[in-house]
Amino acid sequence: MSQLAIASGAMRNRPALRRRRAKSGVYTGLLIAALLVAVGALAWVLVYVGVEGFSAISVNFLTHNPPGDPAAAGGGFFNGIIGSLIVVGIAAGIAIPLGIGAAVYLVEYGKGSAPGAIRFVNDVLIGIPTIVTGAFVYAIWVTHFGFSGFAGSLALAIVMLPLVTRTTEEMLRLVPNDLREGSLALGATRSQTVLRICLPTALPGIITGAMLAVARAMGETAPLLLTALGNELFTEFNPGRRMETLSLQIFTNAFTGFKEAQSRAWAGALTLIAIVLILTAAARFFGRRVRTAGP
Amino acid sequence: MSLFEHHLYTSPLKRPSRLLRAGWLTASVGGALLAAACGGSSSTGGGGTTAPSATPSSVCQGTTAPPGYTNGVSTVSGQATSLSGAGGTFIAPMMSIWTSQYASSNGVQVAYQSVGSGAGIAQLQAGTVDFGESDAFMTDSDISKAKGPVVQVPLAQAPVTVAYNLPGVTRGLHLDGDTIGKIFAGQITSWTDPAIKSLNPNVTLPNLPIAVVHRSDGSGTTSIFTDYLTKESPSWVSALGGPDKSKGKTIAWPVGIGGKGNEGVSAAVGQNNGAIGYVELAYAASQNLTYADVKNKAGDFVEPCVKTAASATVGITSYPADLRIDVVDQSTNTDAYPITGLTWGLVYQNQTDKAKAAALVNFFSWVLTKGQDMAATANYTPLGSDLQKLCIAQLHKLTLNGSPVAP
Amino acid sequence: MPPPADAGGGIAVMRPGVSRVSLRRQRRRWGDTVFGSAVALTGGLVLVVIVGMVVFLVLQGLPAMQHYGFFSFITAGRWAPSEADPTLTHPNPYGILQFMYGMLITSLIGMIIAVPLAIGAALVITEIAPRRLQRPLSSLVDLLAAVPSVVYGFWGIFALIPAIRPIVDFLTSTLGTVPVIGVVFGGPFFGVSYFTAGLVLAIMILPIIAAVWREVFRSTPRNEKEAAFALGATRWEMIRIAVMPRARSGIVGASLIGLGRALGETIAVTMVIGNAVLHINPSVFSQGATMSSVIANEFTEATEPFHLSALFVVGFWLLVVALIVNVVARTVVRRGVAL
Repeated sequence: MSQLAIASGAMRNRPALRRRRAKSGVYTGLLIAALLVAVGALAWVLVYVGVEGFSAISVNFLTHNPPGDPAAAGGGFFNGIIGSLIVVGIAAGIAIPLGIGAAVYLVEYGKGSAPGAIRFVNDVLIGIPTIVTGAFVYAIWVTHFGFSGFAGSLALAIVMLPLVTRTTEEMLRLVPNDLREGSLALGATRSQTVLRICLPTALPGIITGAMLAVARAMGETAPLLLTALGNELFTEFNPGRRMETLSLQIFTNAFTGFKEAQSRAWAGALTLIAIVLILTAAARFFGRRVRTAGP
Repeated sequence: MSLFEHHLYTSPLKRPSRLLRAGWLTASVGGALLAAACGGSSSTGGGGTTAPSATPSSVCQGTTAPPGYTNGVSTVSGQATSLSGAGGTFIAPMMSIWTSQYASSNGVQVAYQSVGSGAGIAQLQAGTVDFGESDAFMTDSDISKAKGPVVQVPLAQAPVTVAYNLPGVTRGLHLDGDTIGKIFAGQITSWTDPAIKSLNPNVTLPNLPIAVVHRSDGSGTTSIFTDYLTKESPSWVSALGGPDKSKGKTIAWPVGIGGKGNEGVSAAVGQNNGAIGYVELAYAASQNLTYADVKNKAGDFVEPCVKTAASATVGITSYPADLRIDVVDQSTNTDAYPITGLTWGLVYQNQTDKAKAAALVNFFSWVLTKGQDMAATANYTPLGSDLQKLCIAQLHKLTLNGSPVAP
Repeated sequence: MPPPADAGGGIAVMRPGVSRVSLRRQRRRWGDTVFGSAVALTGGLVLVVIVGMVVFLVLQGLPAMQHYGFFSFITAGRWAPSEADPTLTHPNPYGILQFMYGMLITSLIGMIIAVPLAIGAALVITEIAPRRLQRPLSSLVDLLAAVPSVVYGFWGIFALIPAIRPIVDFLTSTLGTVPVIGVVFGGPFFGVSYFTAGLVLAIMILPIIAAVWREVFRSTPRNEKEAAFALGATRWEMIRIAVMPRARSGIVGASLIGLGRALGETIAVTMVIGNAVLHINPSVFSQGATMSSVIANEFTEATEPFHLSALFVVGFWLLVVALIVNVVARTVVRRGVAL
């Protein structure tokens, strides 16, 4: 024990150690401050939207359309909610099967340098500004067929496709090779292996990826400005016509000086954030269970 | 106790130091307080609230009787149950009321997207909407880009106010054309400028820089406003480089914030102390913005309202056959508000879809009759009877595959 | 590990006397080929989309490019669609330099703020926070990425601008009066500005950059960290010795990924930048516009001669810049980061 005391006494150069400890504390404090700024910003956004939105939201809001006069109180964003569901739903119907197909190609079928190139291009497509996507769909579709909810779905499908491809690819890679080899050894064709073994095994993860892509699509506004254009006052169920989405409705109402329209926009923002966060959190939670449950 | 269990060696994975724990605690408490404080404050921006409007001037008091037109086109049968239109934000509050009333009384849903007059014309040219709407009528070159001849029907008229946000200053600041032109050209930059003071000797103006707000989108309201400036402000014209560049739906604004739509401009004016912008009356009134009394041709400073906007077109004896008339700053009536404009509905003359043609004629006929009765309460001026008769006559011009839709 | 090569449908087929068994197998193999081709087609779809984007944007922008010349868009200094005249080819009223400037300056401000914050946040999450807090904290930061752009813009107008107004007014009255650099910080401040857009961008790209840094720091071998502690290092010294050297390899990639996201942001920026499209305004506290904000604002109503075509040219250049940044970023940062 005395040996330890001597040793520790020699090691403990008190002033220098205290200085280093203090410096460490200061820097650590700065780093923690950085994290707090980040988390604080999120808290600020969520709390602000929450406070403003809660005072305006009601069952009435979720089930009624905006009043004719933007200065009138009451009414809601029912048409936007329906429109969002339809437009994003169709986009998901296009993007998810195509994305899964592309991922299957990349994992199961790709030969040579093609898969690498396609994977690279896929990642690049994720980073394309969505306004450019909207301009592209305008050029190839709207100029011929007019503004419609379906044009908006096309634009959103292009936004969702690379996301679905990437997450599905990662999930398929996690499927153990033993399963594939066993299936092939039993005489199944490659397509049967994929359809009956690989995809079902990876399904929870694929659903995660799909949900994240849907959450992203629900929040998009820019491409819809140029494709769906919006339909402010009426509920539209036909995707061949112009449709309103929640994101568009928030955008147009946020700009106005009318307090009543603004409060509807806050309620809409709260609704949209709630939908997106629930989808994202559920997807992440789902995904984590997949990974920990895997072999 | 081995050397490795000495407290100098702290597994980074096990015990956070006391310093760290204290840091987390204060941080989370502070964060919660911060979030609560910021979340609770829902301020509307750097401005204070604008002063509530003072009592309206005598000419603006009282209500306008609904005109009660009954000369509508008899209902064309077989109409579609929905129509799609796009156009100016100028008429949007009125159009919202019209379309929702029309839907409940006639069962036809007219979806009007308020995107700016420029977009209204562009969408009509592209054929992506059933009708367009604009506060600047289509020129010959606009029509040449469309898919065929266009019938232009004035729907209402309204004043464009010059709204400002000055704490302590009530409605009714006196401004004339050249001063407004200089402000928007960036030549007058402070509210205490002598030019403004000389027009308002009895008003204490705050010492604030002027924040000019204009439109960022192609706008008929801009067209009306700059038409007035071009006629009244030589400084504006020379700053922009000539009368062909100083008026129109899109302007190369030398200074200022760009707001999207009348909504965006009114919002920006309300949120910035010292801001000035041009906004259609309905927007300014429903947001309690203060606006100026503008000098007209007769030399009087007139408040914008339904009556003074009506006075701007009283006395016009003849209209061109296609109803493309410029009413801005034309009238010499003493109570005429100079920055008053018409707004036109735009429809293709030669329709190809029977149901849509019927629906269009019925809707516009309703707007020109029953719709006019709703205008005054929404702060829009109903059309005068001479003009209204000519507008109904325009509706009879629509043809379907050669034969008139409404004979 | 890639799956084994196609085993060809199973065990060796018995030769002659074929009958039903091999016919079934042939049908299966044919179905297999069809499936394989279909899947390959979907794989190639992303290539088609990207190439299609470039092609169609060029096609739509061609009229303006032919009329005014390809490079005049970058050399002309003003965006004044009202001055477009179909008979004049010079000067080009659709100069886009100020939009590129707007894009650059807002992204720069965003990155100057976001990168240090992201490094700090990532360090805290991986090195300082107690283990059971790591996952909730990183989820929290990731949640910032899930908030839609339009909500950020809305919050920016009503919450952020009033909050920063006193600070910026102070800056314009002090820094703004200093000669030479005062031009960059000059007032008056009207809420919407390059700076406001930069702040909003900072919050939006923070989680993505933090995610990259998290992966970088997580790859630090544990024994290096423990060795530092064993030698008596304080927590900060351990970070400095064992973890930070890794940062050098990650800095370019993380910044580029953040830049890529910042470039693509449209709606939030449009709502808080002020939409002054005529020319570059020198002060960061004045209004401006970016390439994506001008497209969003003017697209559906471009009626002047060559206006719509010029907007497609803007879109084309935006696509080119975004492609370059994203390609470089993806090349530098290894795959697998959850973005």
